[in-house]
Amino acid sequence: MSGLFDIFMRSVFVENLALSFFLGMCTFLAVSKRVETAFGVGLAMTAVQTVTVPVNNLIYLNLLAPGALAWAGLEYIDLSCLSLIVFIGVIAAMVQVLEMTLEFHLPKLHRALGIFLPLITVNCAILGGSLFMVERSYTFVESIVYGFGTGIGWMLAIVMLAAIRERLKYSDIPKGMEGLGITFVVAGLMSLGFMGFAGVG
Amino acid sequence: MASKNWNILGTPLVGENPITLQILGICSALAVTTSLDTALVMTIAVTCVLAVSGAAVSLIRNQLPYSVRIIVQITIIASLVIIVDLVLKAYLFEIGKRLSIFVGLIVTNCIVLGRADGFAMRNNVGASILDGIGNGLGYGLILMTVGVIREFFGRGSLFGTQILIPTSQGGGFEPLHIMLLPPSAFFIIACIIWFIRRRRPEQIEKPEFQIRVKAPRTQAGGEG
Repeated sequence: MSGLFDIFMRSVFVENLALSFFLGMCTFLAVSKRVETAFGVGLAMTAVQTVTVPVNNLIYLNLLAPGALAWAGLEYIDLSCLSLIVFIGVIAAMVQVLEMTLEFHLPKLHRALGIFLPLITVNCAILGGSLFMVERSYTFVESIVYGFGTGIGWMLAIVMLAAIRERLKYSDIPKGMEGLGITFVVAGLMSLGFMGFAGVG
Repeated sequence: MASKNWNILGTPLVGENPITLQILGICSALAVTTSLDTALVMTIAVTCVLAVSGAAVSLIRNQLPYSVRIIVQITIIASLVIIVDLVLKAYLFEIGKRLSIFVGLIVTNCIVLGRADGFAMRNNVGASILDGIGNGLGYGLILMTVGVIREFFGRGSLFGTQILIPTSQGGGFEPLHIMLLPPSAFFIIACIIWFIRRRRPEQIEKPEFQIRVKAPRTQAGGEG
């Protein structure tokens, strides 16, 4: 149990996908102008990540990993080279399913998240989560925790960045540094702060 | 005709650089630049994928139904990235290991999909290849610049060759460890953006709203 908690805390703080691995940067910098939209995209990200990482974990362990097809008597087949194309397909399909489910059962949430969901298909943090899951050979339960934790960590980072950027409107920024430039500096400082968590573990 | 081709190849270098202006493909730009050799390999990989995927998408653009275009483009890109990944594993295993998941993440590198959907869908094969190479080089330019700064000040070496001798080996150079850590990449790219936008003020994005000042402000307040 403490192992799971450890994975969760690490994925939220120490190994924050946005601030220590730079994943999902495009969305991170592009949709962080307002806190509400940042919160929306963060929620969508958490939902998609919590679903796709465990699903990809099941598919990888049972179909793609070297020797995974032993149950079909094909233990000498190694399909792990196909994992990229399978993962991206699963992610695209999962986003579609999630969108339809939300539309039928939670129309209010769907209206809030709707525009962000397609955007998330090509977010590197989602694919990166699945690839890290393979690289670190997590089990199924661990992958659920890892997916949820990375989603929460990414949401935390983007909401914080958006909150800072809203305040930045009132500051006097050097010419040429406004907009993208200062956002990079802010993200850098936040990343510096998150490095402090590395000593906590 | 020739000058048009040069334009397609040249504008993404500074004028419409994918990283500093279009905010595309930043993830890998920050992560693989701790040393020059990984930055160079990444640049070559991305440029190849960009050029070939541009050509492939451009070839089938007239047969491709609009509604399924994204999934087809992603499949093409993912197949190309798998090939790149296998080539790296075969010939450059050591560097491929250090790039870890970032080779795989070329699939979701927004430059590749952005150019495939935005340019190759509307232009012929030759122009798409040039556009792919141009954007790859523009991406590589930033990557190499950041890579040079980070490796030189972080380790005192370039391409793994020691140029400044660190104090631990009796030299006079104190390595700046911050350069090898994630945050430095943010600061370096911020400075590059600052530099480019001082030269080309038209790249500065317009503010969404102006803050109205009610009473005229005194000079003493604010600036600290």
